[in-house]
Amino acid sequence: MSEPILKIDKISLAFGGVKALTDVSFEVPRGSVFSIIGPNGAGKTSMLNCISGRYKPNSGSITFNNQNVTHLRPNDRADLGMGRTFQNLALFGHMSVLDNIMVGRHHLLKNNWISGPLYWASKAQKEELEHRRYVEEVIDFLEISHIRKSVAGTLSYGLRKRVELARAMALNPQLILLDEPMAGMNLEEKEDMARYILDLNEEFGITVVMIEHDMGVVMDISHQVMVLDFGKKLIAGLPDEVMANEHVKRAYLGVEDDAELEEVS
Amino acid sequence: MSSLTMRPCGDFRTSYAQDNTIFETKTIRMMAILSVLVLCAAPLFLDSYFISIFIQMSYLGIAALGLNILVGYTGQISLGHGAFFGFGAFASAWLNISMGIPVFLCIPLAGFLTMAVGMMFGMPAARIKGLYLAIATLAAQFIIEDFFARAEWFSGGSSGSMAEPINLFGFAFDTDESFYYIALFAFVVMFIWGCNLMRSRDGRAFVAVRDHYLSAEIMGVKLNKYRLLSFGISSFYAGIGGALYAHYLGYVSAEGFTIFMSIQFLAMIIIGGLGSIKGTMMGVIFMVLLPEVLSGGVGMMQETEWGNIPMVVDGLAYIKEMAIGLVIIMFLIFEPEGLAHRWKQIKNYWKFYPFAY
Repeated sequence: MSEPILKIDKISLAFGGVKALTDVSFEVPRGSVFSIIGPNGAGKTSMLNCISGRYKPNSGSITFNNQNVTHLRPNDRADLGMGRTFQNLALFGHMSVLDNIMVGRHHLLKNNWISGPLYWASKAQKEELEHRRYVEEVIDFLEISHIRKSVAGTLSYGLRKRVELARAMALNPQLILLDEPMAGMNLEEKEDMARYILDLNEEFGITVVMIEHDMGVVMDISHQVMVLDFGKKLIAGLPDEVMANEHVKRAYLGVEDDAELEEVS
Repeated sequence: MSSLTMRPCGDFRTSYAQDNTIFETKTIRMMAILSVLVLCAAPLFLDSYFISIFIQMSYLGIAALGLNILVGYTGQISLGHGAFFGFGAFASAWLNISMGIPVFLCIPLAGFLTMAVGMMFGMPAARIKGLYLAIATLAAQFIIEDFFARAEWFSGGSSGSMAEPINLFGFAFDTDESFYYIALFAFVVMFIWGCNLMRSRDGRAFVAVRDHYLSAEIMGVKLNKYRLLSFGISSFYAGIGGALYAHYLGYVSAEGFTIFMSIQFLAMIIIGGLGSIKGTMMGVIFMVLLPEVLSGGVGMMQETEWGNIPMVVDGLAYIKEMAIGLVIIMFLIFEPEGLAHRWKQIKNYWKFYPFAY
């Protein structure tokens, strides 16, 4: 086994008196699909925000590719190859889909406010078009070529989720963080999304960390599952092990009524 | 809607470069080139009254485009644009008089000087938003105005300062007709610059910061840098516009660059359309023509028996200001996205007639 791509060491995060995360540690193996599950308010999104840099943990460290990124700003983490999508859509509503995805190439482009406007005279045009080529590959992969010129704010929910995934993929990330990629989707869209996640993991070799509530999907596509409850890690391991765990059943998955009664008595 | 629906039948793009042009179709590009050529020939058949209006449109348009980059594209707000415009005017005159730099170099230099000042006042912009930023830029407006009145070495104080006409290879651009070409050239260059900025990396970053700054940061856009840069570029445009203004009039005085001018720039971009380069042009044309048409209207009223009363004749200045206020309110209510949006709707209507959509 190679080095884990992401190492979380004893992360604690508190908002005033509310302890969102307490001493959570885990490792994400390179090239895996890693799911974080747990009841509402368990700290899943807080965990993701710590990894992507929106929240600064009160203690603990985050190591990405053997580099301590705990105190880096979110834009610096993007440069290192970390992409993410949001639970509530966060597209650039007035931009076209194409421009949205091109923003993902931001840290790879070099033209600036002088060389960019000199478009034909500088290398800007060549550079823009080269990156456009890559963006088109992502668009083809996610099958959104028919909407590439549409304004992002006018799209349907499922498509917006896909555009957001495309934007994160355009970053050329090594690690992609997905916050509930399948929330609010119908069965067909979920199947598509699951396929995209598997493909981007296998074809593009991107490590995936995702939060998801649909247990069927989580069990089917993840290599490892971690359960959070009240900001604490309950267990991390193979999906089947996690499913079988008594604590997880009680905290999140639920148990049959009579079984619970027996346990109490 | 998307530009795809507006494309005529049979217009296929086979390369990404073709798909990424400034003008949507070849016809539009031809029209644009043609109108620039017609404008080049304008002094031959228009008298200097119209030429001076065109020159006005050009320097105001350049400054308004700068404000649109800041307000429309980056989603910041500035109430100090008039003062930056004035700073550009004084800076260019000052560079020419006290340093002896030739005027045609002074204009871009004044732009960069204004950019530096703008970034200084834009520093809080990286940290505050909305109403607070509006007040901070309002402070900039008054500080710079006060600076004009007090810094005699720079602006000549209350007596103002003289600005030499542009002199290139021994030819002085001191008439309306000759200066017109300078103004037209600057206008075209600055607008193409704006168009290209918006289709390259930094322009997209501006819009990203406006639409969703949190996810822009996650995508690798440095928020503080781009908010500050946007202020800088907007002041740069204001400085260029102001410098042209100075060398056109030949004399700069501090009275002109008040908060009213800042509001006028804001009015231009709101009427034209926030976040639209085409809209900026339309807004400027509208706002420059509005007072002219009004004074024409008042002139016609004066001819009539009932109109030749002091209320109308002396009230022109007030009618002008009221009309500007009224127009802004009407646009905010009926067409908040500006003339550019209305233009698009008219185009769609023609395209799809007789179907509704």
